[in-house]
Amino acid sequence: MAEEKKLFKVTIDNITIEVEPGTSILNAARMIGGDVAPPAMCYYSKLKGSGGKCRTCLVEVAAGSTADPRPMPKLVASCRTNVMDGMVVKNITSERVIDARNGVVEFLLINHPLDCPICDQAGECHLQDLSYEHGKEGTRYEFGRRTFHKHDLGPYIQLHMTRCILCYRCVFTADQLTNKRVHGVLDRGDHSEIATYIEKSLDNDFIGNVIDVCPVGALTDKTFRFKNRVWFLKPVDAHRDCPKCKGHVTLWYRGDEVFRVTARKDQWGEVEDWICNECRFEKKKTSDWVIDGPTNVNRHSVISQGQYLGLKMPTEVMPEVMGGRQPRLLMDIHSVSEVNRKDIDLSKIEGPAHSTDFEKPRPNGQQAIDNNQ
Amino acid sequence: MQSLTSRARPVERKPMTFVERLYLWNIWKGMMITFRHIFKRKATISFPEQKRPFSPVFRGLHILNRDEEGRERCTACGLCAVACPAEAITMEAAERLPGEEHLYREEKYAAKYEINMLRCIFCGLCEEACPKDAIYLSETFAPSNYQRKGLIYGKPDLLIPDPKENPEEYRKALGNRAKKQEAN
Repeated sequence: MAEEKKLFKVTIDNITIEVEPGTSILNAARMIGGDVAPPAMCYYSKLKGSGGKCRTCLVEVAAGSTADPRPMPKLVASCRTNVMDGMVVKNITSERVIDARNGVVEFLLINHPLDCPICDQAGECHLQDLSYEHGKEGTRYEFGRRTFHKHDLGPYIQLHMTRCILCYRCVFTADQLTNKRVHGVLDRGDHSEIATYIEKSLDNDFIGNVIDVCPVGALTDKTFRFKNRVWFLKPVDAHRDCPKCKGHVTLWYRGDEVFRVTARKDQWGEVEDWICNECRFEKKKTSDWVIDGPTNVNRHSVISQGQYLGLKMPTEVMPEVMGGRQPRLLMDIHSVSEVNRKDIDLSKIEGPAHSTDFEKPRPNGQQAIDNNQ
Repeated sequence: MQSLTSRARPVERKPMTFVERLYLWNIWKGMMITFRHIFKRKATISFPEQKRPFSPVFRGLHILNRDEEGRERCTACGLCAVACPAEAITMEAAERLPGEEHLYREEKYAAKYEINMLRCIFCGLCEEACPKDAIYLSETFAPSNYQRKGLIYGKPDLLIPDPKENPEEYRKALGNRAKKQEAN
């Protein structure tokens, strides 16, 4: 008979939960869920050794354990501190934690450019959410933000080093998912940056996952670059038989076009399964996939805008009333609109669209409707 | 039934006399009101020649703004479209090519930008949402067209004239807002 494992009793924000020894405070709080879970910018449960860099998950330990109930003198990083039996943790109930977190966000934003209108991550950016909750409106920083020369990370991944918050998640991803890591953090302190050594491009079957792992817009999908804002796309769960990965993904649709493919994410914004580059970058047709149904999007996320669940379309009564004839003065918006033209398929353009991609003249057939009026 | 107020009075249903049926007194009374108004200040203006001053918060047709160098300010961030309650705004973004820096202010710009004026309710939420000062509701109003397709406004209809090439037209398009900008 196996000996019964002793469970540790831990109280987080006055909610008591029993967890196994060796669980971090952050994971214990995530088991409770909701607002009790501290935000995390660098910790990633699927990556070994991640965490302890960003300090956004700071919590106050009011009592160390039953054996030694003294409080810890400083705030601790909850992703790197394991629970003890009888530990009392204060997260959102502690003034000190809220204050410290506001300070951390201010520090993270010191060098982060405010180019959210341009950034493709906007709408699903963890730093955006975090600063929305904790940030100040203005900045007290008077000096220039650090800038970097552009590095090329291969044909699929766009690196914006200025947006990086040095969470090291992508480095761990490359280390643990791929056989040979060719990128890492170069230099020290304020100069440190994510880069490939001597401009070596990343080519590995799973390297695309660094895009999903990045909490900010530092690593983005080049095939999706500037194509559309994430909140105008419809996320749909899909799968396919992939020899390399599990093939469970989220497709991001606009109309019938698949604009991008990402891994499925759980409620903490972490990927459920890693997906390979072929699934992510090359399979952008509906026929490649088996659709599982619309992705559940958090109601508070901007991505949920315009997604009318359980929508019942009204039946078209016009032809019925008019004896099978279509009304002559009905305007088809696609015959007039320059946006979302049928003959320009943005999802098939590699990389961002340019002014040259829109220069195609309209086929004549589409204008025929106007002559009737 | 007891009346609710003391002011209630039963309607007189007495038949009118012959003099009353001529309505002379009533017509004269009505005409006096008309004559009196001839000498009063007119409530209307002759519109196309004369124009009323606009309220500073007037919300007319949209303009897409340019910066002082004549570059388009819009970066196609989509905030106006997501703020739009009528879902009238659509756009497609593109990356700026080298050599196009004099046309577009930022790395990304709106290659296509369209407002469906048939749907627009002129609420001004797009103006409020814009982080780049790119869209304004101007003082032009009452768009009219013979066909509905003419009310789908694209970028050529919306863009403000270039302040460098055509400063006069630019000033005119800005309207009262130009004065506001000078004050800042």
